[in-house]
Amino acid sequence: MLFYSFFKTLVNEQVTVELKNDLVITGTLKSVDQFLNIKLDDIQVIDEDRYPHMISVKNCFIRGSVVRYVQLPQQAVDTALLQDAARREAAQPSSAQQANVRVK
Amino acid sequence: MEITSGPLFTTSTGLIDSVDKKLMVVLRDGRKLIGTLRSFDQFANLVLQDTIERIYVGNCFGDIPRGIFIIRGENVVLLGELDTEKEECANLREVPVEEILVAQREEMEAKQRLDKVRSKALHNHGFCVDNAQNDLY
Repeated sequence: MLFYSFFKTLVNEQVTVELKNDLVITGTLKSVDQFLNIKLDDIQVIDEDRYPHMISVKNCFIRGSVVRYVQLPQQAVDTALLQDAARREAAQPSSAQQANVRVK
Repeated sequence: MEITSGPLFTTSTGLIDSVDKKLMVVLRDGRKLIGTLRSFDQFANLVLQDTIERIYVGNCFGDIPRGIFIIRGENVVLLGELDTEKEECANLREVPVEEILVAQREEMEAKQRLDKVRSKALHNHGFCVDNAQNDLY
């Protein structure tokens, strides 16, 4: 939940997403969900000649499982706050990892 | 035994806005499918209608009509909304299916030869060569 909340604070920022297949996409972060699926608007593909299928795509939905990195603008991140939150999360992961399936 | 969704089920990145839109779906095996999204779920399982599989080789492409697809979410890399204006500007030209399939096979073979050379070189340096099929996207 921590990173979901973290990404929610970064909506409307310019981010660069690097996928596990080395595809790199820059765009405006429009939304994120609990699986860290990402929606980007107005995308620009780095090295777009290698990916002709992406030429006519302006907005995309990226499945969280295929993301390798999300590069963020330095000034958009309060590093100290994030470190603090991560420390707290590591100390008591009580609210984290709630399953989507509850067996009755 | 009843399975209910947890309280975190409400995804905000729903694909609800993309329903009934013409989308390009890129799959983990490298395929590009273009179709109209009809439905989705929390796993990003998708139903695409009037799907065509578009094969790109160089700056050419070829389309194969495929009908209705149900795609298991784990195979999805990304969904792109197709911009009709940008589609026209692209310097891609359409070629008949047979041609593109031939070109695709040649491209695959060239890649395999390159991979063979690469893994041979790595092997000579003492690296372990695994022949596992990685994601082709």
